[in-house]
Order: sequence, then C-alpha cells, then structure tokens
Amino acid sequence: MHHSAQVMPATADDIIHIAGLDKWFGNFQALRNISLTVKRGERIVICGPSGSGKSTLIRCLNRLETHQAGTVIVDGIRLNDSLKNIEAVRNDIGMVFQHFNLFPHLTVLENCTLAPIWVRKQPRATAEAAAMKLLERVRITDQAAKYPGQLSGGQQQRVAIARALCMAPRIMLFDEPTSALDPEMVKEVLDTMVSLARDGMTMLCVTHEMGFARAVADRVIFMDQGEIVEQAPPEIFFSQAKSERTRQFLDQILDR
Amino acid sequence: MNSHATARRPASERSRDWLRQNLFSSPANTLTTLLVLTLLAWLAGRFFSWAVLNAVWGQASVATCNALMGQGACWAVVADKWQQMLFGIYPQAEQWRPALAVLVFCSILVLSAMRACWRVRRLLVLWVGGSLLCAWLMAGGLGLTPVPTALWGGLPITLMLAVFGTLFAFPLGILLALGRRSSLPILRAASISYIELVRGVPLITVLFMASIMFALFLPEGVSFDKLLRAQVAIILFNAAYLAEVVRAGLQALPRGQYEAADALGLGYWQTQLLVVLPQALKITIPAQVNSFIDNFKDTSLVIIVSIFDFLYAVRQAVISDLDWRHYFVEGYLFAMAVYWLFCYTMSHYSQWLEQHLSRDQRN
Ligand SMILES: Nc1ncnc2c1ncn2[C@@H]1O[C@H](COP(=O)(O)OP(=O)(O)O)[C@@H](O)[C@H]1O
Ligand SMILES: [Mg+2]
Repeated sequence: MHHSAQVMPATADDIIHIAGLDKWFGNFQALRNISLTVKRGERIVICGPSGSGKSTLIRCLNRLETHQAGTVIVDGIRLNDSLKNIEAVRNDIGMVFQHFNLFPHLTVLENCTLAPIWVRKQPRATAEAAAMKLLERVRITDQAAKYPGQLSGGQQQRVAIARALCMAPRIMLFDEPTSALDPEMVKEVLDTMVSLARDGMTMLCVTHEMGFARAVADRVIFMDQGEIVEQAPPEIFFSQAKSERTRQFLDQILDR
Repeated sequence: MNSHATARRPASERSRDWLRQNLFSSPANTLTTLLVLTLLAWLAGRFFSWAVLNAVWGQASVATCNALMGQGACWAVVADKWQQMLFGIYPQAEQWRPALAVLVFCSILVLSAMRACWRVRRLLVLWVGGSLLCAWLMAGGLGLTPVPTALWGGLPITLMLAVFGTLFAFPLGILLALGRRSSLPILRAASISYIELVRGVPLITVLFMASIMFALFLPEGVSFDKLLRAQVAIILFNAAYLAEVVRAGLQALPRGQYEAADALGLGYWQTQLLVVLPQALKITIPAQVNSFIDNFKDTSLVIIVSIFDFLYAVRQAVISDLDWRHYFVEGYLFAMAVYWLFCYTMSHYSQWLEQHLSRDQRN
C-alpha cells in the first residue's frame, strides 16, 4: 500500500479523522489547527521536541484532554461533550503511558481483568483466560500473581500493554512508552510493539526510537510548537525532510 | 562525620552518640540531665511503692484500706466495684448481658481485623449478625427482660459510640471528601461548608444540638431515643474529620492513576471504588487510626447530655458509695488502664496493617 504525505479526504477506511483541531491550556495554545487522518491498520510514529504537543494530540483522541475547536472523529464517533460518545471511543482505544500507570494495589492479572470485568461485564473466568493469553503474548505469564511494584520497568510496561489489549481495542496509543525505562529494557518493550504492529493494529506512537519508526511505521509525523510540521513515510522522512526544523531535530536525535 | 557512616553503625553505638550529643554535651547539661533523672527515678519509685508494694490487692474491706493512711493504693475498690464500673446502672441481676455483649463486640473487632475475614460477605454477616446479637443482649425482649437505653451505661456505651461513630462516619466522610473534589460547584460548596462548619465547633455543641435543639424541630409527640441521637451526632461530627483524612489520601494519588482508569473506560464510581479509594484509604491508615483513637476518648463527653459512658460509670461507682468514696484515684487509674489498653491495641494493629498491606506490593 502506498502512503502519500498529504492528508487524505475522509473515507470509510479512515479510523481517525482530525480536522482544524485547536487546544488551549488557559492562554497557552498547545495545538494549532491540527489536521490528521489515520487509516485502519496504519502505524504512525509522532516525534518532535519536548513540549511540542505530541502527548496532548494523542490524549485528545481518547478525551483525556478536551479540545476547544475542530473535529475529532474516531471510528465514526465524534468526540464532544456527550458522555456516551466518550465512553464508546474509550472502548475502542487502548493507551500506554510513559510511567506505566499500573494500579499498584492490584496484581498483574487483576490489572488486566479490571476493565474487562467492570466495563465489558465479562465473567471473571473469561476475563482471566483472555488476560492470561495476552500476558503470554507479552511473555509475563509467570508473574501474573505478583504486584506491579515487584516487576522491572520493562515488565511493567509490557503488563501495561497487555492491560490495554485486554479491552480488545482497535487503536493503540503509546505515549513515550520506553523513555522511562533503563536502556537494557527498551528492546523487550519495542519487540512487543513490533509484534503488535505486525498483527495489523492501528497504532499511534509518540516515541524517539527511530529504529522502531524505520522498522514498522507507515508514516512519521514531526511536530513543533503545537503544529504538524512534516509527515512522510520513514524512508523519505529520514533522508529527504523538507523543513529545516525537521532536519535540525533529526540531526540532534540521530547524533549525526 | 558523614551521615552514611552514622547510619550504618550498630544501634547501640548510635544511641550512645545521641545521648552524648543531646544530654551530656556540657557540664551544665550533664548536671541538668542527672537532676531530672534522679527526680524521675524518685517519682517512679514512690509511685511503684504506692501502686504495687504497699497496695491492697484483691477483695478487702474498706477498713484495711483506711489503715494504710494513703501510703498504698486501694485496689480493693476496683475488685469490689468492677461490675458497676464497667456496666453502670444496668440492672445488677442482668449484668451478664452487657458483659457478654462487650465480649461479642470485641470478638467482632478482633475477627474483622484478621485477613481471613476480609471478604465483603463475611464482614457483612459478622457485623450485622454480631451487632444485632449485642443489641438484643443489651435491650432484651424475645425472652430477655427488656432494659431501656436510659439504664445502659459503662463500657458498652463507650464502645458502641466510638466504634459505630467511626464506622458509619466512614461512608459519609468518603462522600464528603469526594464531594469536596468534585467538579460540580454546588456539590463542592456543600461539602466544604459542611466540613468547615462541623470542624469549627466543639463536639459538645453538636451533642447539645442533637439532644436538645433537635427535639424542637420534630413534630410534637415524635421523639428519638436519646442515645441514638447522641450516636448520630457523633457520626456526623466524625464524618467531617474523616473527610479531611480521606481527602489527604485522594490528593496523594498521582494523576496517572485517574488517567489510566479513564483510558480503560472505567466510569466515575468504578474509578473511585476500584482504583482510587483502595489506595487512598491505605495510605491514610495511620491518620484514620489517630482519628479513631480521638473518637474513642471523645465519647466521654456524652456525659454532658446525661448518657453514662464508661468514665462516668467508674466515677459514679466510687463516689456514690460513702465507704469507698475516697478511693476515686484508683478508680480513675483503672479507667485509664482500660482506655489505654484499647488505644494501644488499635495503634499497634494499625502499624501491623500498614506493614502488612505494603509488604507484598513493594519491590
Ligand atoms: N495540563 C496542562 N496544563 C497546562 N499546560 C500544559 C498541560 N499539559 C501540557 N501543557 C503544555 O502544553 C505543551 C504541550 O505539552 P505536551 O503535549 O505534553 O508536549 P510533549 O508531549 O510534546 O512533550 C507544553 O508546553 C506543556 O507545558
Ligand atoms: Mg509528552
């Protein structure tokens, strides 16, 4: 499949459609006129300097942040003040945070089954069986009865991924999933994400792991000062960036 | 000296250092320390010979005690009056009932402190069943002679007011704490007003309100049991304090916990009940126990509305007897020991609980 760098018009294939999105924190504008369309199954990597609005952008997708102008449509559902819509969108989207945000008072297995049992109303046995399968997939099965505090950072982040997957989301958001990890644990988390990408999950990843971007991204987006400055498939993005700002950023991050 | 080295040396050496630095740093300091120590030792010795060596133990006549001329404690007063001290003016012949009720009540407390009972259904059965049993023992009916609450007194009253006063204050306090952090302005304003109003007045005022003013608002002929009114007043009072304790716990939770719950699609109440409160309540255990210990001791204020709690029963048991009336110090010491026993147990239990709950979650 070929991806052009232009924003495409909305079609049934688009799972996310953002147009003219503005976001303010008080007087500070964190997002300026963002337009972005994501196809079903597309893998997107978002990068950019700290404070450029990357987290804010993906948090607008599951309404962890409210936006002030523009439209955000996820899987056909428009995000507005309607609680029903917010609930429906959150049912569709899984999110992985920089600091894992696991529930420290629950075991690994309980972390994974909490939402399936209480939100999806699954019987406990069903939820546990499904959770064990996903824990197996992230290679954590033998730790299921432990508490998050007893695991390494890499293990915790893999549990967080499994926890999100337990809700069978159609879209996964990653907000710098490896930047709080010790270097030796980065790979195990990236491997999990790569395998997820191979299975056709729609993914938006805020990350500075450019190796990951090269390996799995369909498109790399560069943000600066609340704007999308440039977007292109990785092979073009890394070698033929159009904007000076992008090139500067890449020089810094790739150490060249 | 570098602090790392200090921390790693054995405890005996560290305490010796502490002593040298704080108590014996100069000649004047050393002299003061020695003087104070001598005074303390002398007082302790005096107390020991009064309370133990020269004391009258067990059953004994007033004459034996009087013969001591105040040189020894007269524990015989406790041996003679303990029933009245513990159960107040509850009919003498029926005093096995409050005794049994206290026993049952303490068993409920001990059982629910044990991990094996930490299941919602078990706790419900234990508390509802146990409380009904106690109520039946105290009030009578169904085969037992009825005893009106006006005749209840002593330890059962103190325990009931303190334990239910905290237990029922909890849900209310939690709601107030959540209300205070709510995004709805009306709810927030109502919670803040309630909490600040109640915290701004002494418990005595609230008890007065409940016992006297409250009746003015009720239609004529309708009346609530006085004990029940005091109990409700104590619950409402404690709730305001617990609300602040719980709020501190809520504030200590990182925002990421709320965000993770939101992202998973948990609703407001699910987030509060499954994610937020279990953690917030756990980190505030020491403050909760503090608050319970306060409540326990504060119950002695109910005497102001003529409810006869344990402390009053002890005093009354001694004072009302012309023979024994001089030995109220022994009575108060007995009361002190009982209060201390309960509070000390509570505070130790809370330490255990805190460690126990964090042990398996730590890395
Ligand atoms: N809750 C908030 N309140 C005020 N300002 C915020 C808040 N969250 C983010 N910002 C600001 O918005 C900008 C974008 O933040 P963010 O999206 O977190 O950046 P990034 O993820 O790219 O590092 C930053 O300048 C940040 O200070
Ligand atoms: Mg960020």
